[in-house]
Amino acid sequence: MSESEKMKLIENGVRMDGRKPDELRPVEMEIGVLKNTNGSAYVAWGKNKALAGVYGPREMHPKRLASPTEATVRVTYNMAPFSVDDRKRPGPDRRSVEISKISSEALTAVTETHLFPNTVIDVFVEILQADAGTRCVGLTAASLAMADAGIPMRDLVVACAAGKAGGEVILDLGKEEDNFGEADVPLAISPRTGKVVLLQMDGKLTNEEFEKAFDLAWGGCMDVYEMMKKTLVSHEVSE
Amino acid sequence: MNIEKYLVADYIGGLLEKGKRHDGRAFDEYRKLEIIRDYVGEKSDGSCYVRLGDTEVLCGVSMMVGSPYPDRPKSGTMTTSVELRPIAHPRFESGPPREDSIELARVIDRGIRESGSINFDGLYIEEDKIWMAMIDVHVINHAGNLIDAGAIAAAAALSNTRMPKYEDGNAIRGEWEGKLDFGTAPMPVTFSKIGSSIILDADLMEENALDARLTVTTTETLNAMQKGGNGVFTASEVKDCVRRAFEIGQDMRGLL
Repeated sequence: MSESEKMKLIENGVRMDGRKPDELRPVEMEIGVLKNTNGSAYVAWGKNKALAGVYGPREMHPKRLASPTEATVRVTYNMAPFSVDDRKRPGPDRRSVEISKISSEALTAVTETHLFPNTVIDVFVEILQADAGTRCVGLTAASLAMADAGIPMRDLVVACAAGKAGGEVILDLGKEEDNFGEADVPLAISPRTGKVVLLQMDGKLTNEEFEKAFDLAWGGCMDVYEMMKKTLVSHEVSE
Repeated sequence: MNIEKYLVADYIGGLLEKGKRHDGRAFDEYRKLEIIRDYVGEKSDGSCYVRLGDTEVLCGVSMMVGSPYPDRPKSGTMTTSVELRPIAHPRFESGPPREDSIELARVIDRGIRESGSINFDGLYIEEDKIWMAMIDVHVINHAGNLIDAGAIAAAAALSNTRMPKYEDGNAIRGEWEGKLDFGTAPMPVTFSKIGSSIILDADLMEENALDARLTVTTTETLNAMQKGGNGVFTASEVKDCVRRAFEIGQDMRGLL
């Protein structure tokens, strides 16, 4: 993309897809969507589509990985080969392994793991369609699925990214903004306790821009958190 | 259950609550840093041995001729790998990289890549020929804070990497001309949170007690961040770490 095209990522405060700088893409969510899992969720976020399913607490295999004092929360993030423009080779790559690890850590931070020693809470995240921000969408779905499974948690985990594209700090980067933008800051928080459970950043930001992006992402998380609560409560009521 | 780990964590946590570290360092004090450039200078194009206290890592850089990615036909590439060798710690096993070494490699990689310190356009040679910077970090002894030690070794090795001579589509081994163009070295600062204390350069004993860590890599700008561990940070802790990382990184860069 040339310099002049780059500028068009945002023009007069309007982004390529018509959003304002601090506007989220449309988010839809549903829980209890899978029959064979103990809990599940589906999240559509912009053009992203993610499914999450939870098994457990169940016996840990291989056994040597089990902890005698607590349950292990194990997230497996997987992208479908057809989820991206150029087919992705099936199976874990280095990126998926890293996302799985940090997502596991984020969910462990809010889970009452001491209640189920020696077990594993297996969370499988399937990205069916990817369009920037899949780790946030996947983690949000994973947290909903755990709540649906009735896993004792101190809080939900909600994730949202902010970043910089076309010279401006913006919320929830879209595909072009992610590819041709200056920086991406994925954040996941425990909204009730106000704690950071996942944080990454790549690109170029000044300290001031980072603080602005961080606060913007936090606000995005709080908005998505409200939708998550509504989804969980309305599901309870309808059952 | 790992009783030793549990006891060490308890001891370290108790000390920190009293404002002390087990080796007497201040909370923001790094261990002694020693940098030996061209440690394996006969074969590799760039190398650096880093000792950070008892943590020892060796980074080698190999410049290879390859084909560009289709979407960036005029740009070179870089790849970072980390090997946690069994000699470095009894817990490390032979075999393909697992999540710990993959995360470590990707955090080091992001810092270098996003900083723009490597001028990728300058690594274009000719139609369908580019230089690939292969960065391999070999952990020799694990005594904590592998992220900072590994990233410092990588930056120091890159800042002193020779360009192999290029002839008829191939790199001529053993002959060099000029050096790799490498800008401001990206410096990682890893903050470790234990209980409510935040310390720098945690050693292995302290990592046993680790709740969470936050790595902040800077040049003139912020370039990469990674939170790790099952614990949490508050928003003000995060912002404080980022502010401090610029200053600490600048001091560390002076040591290169």
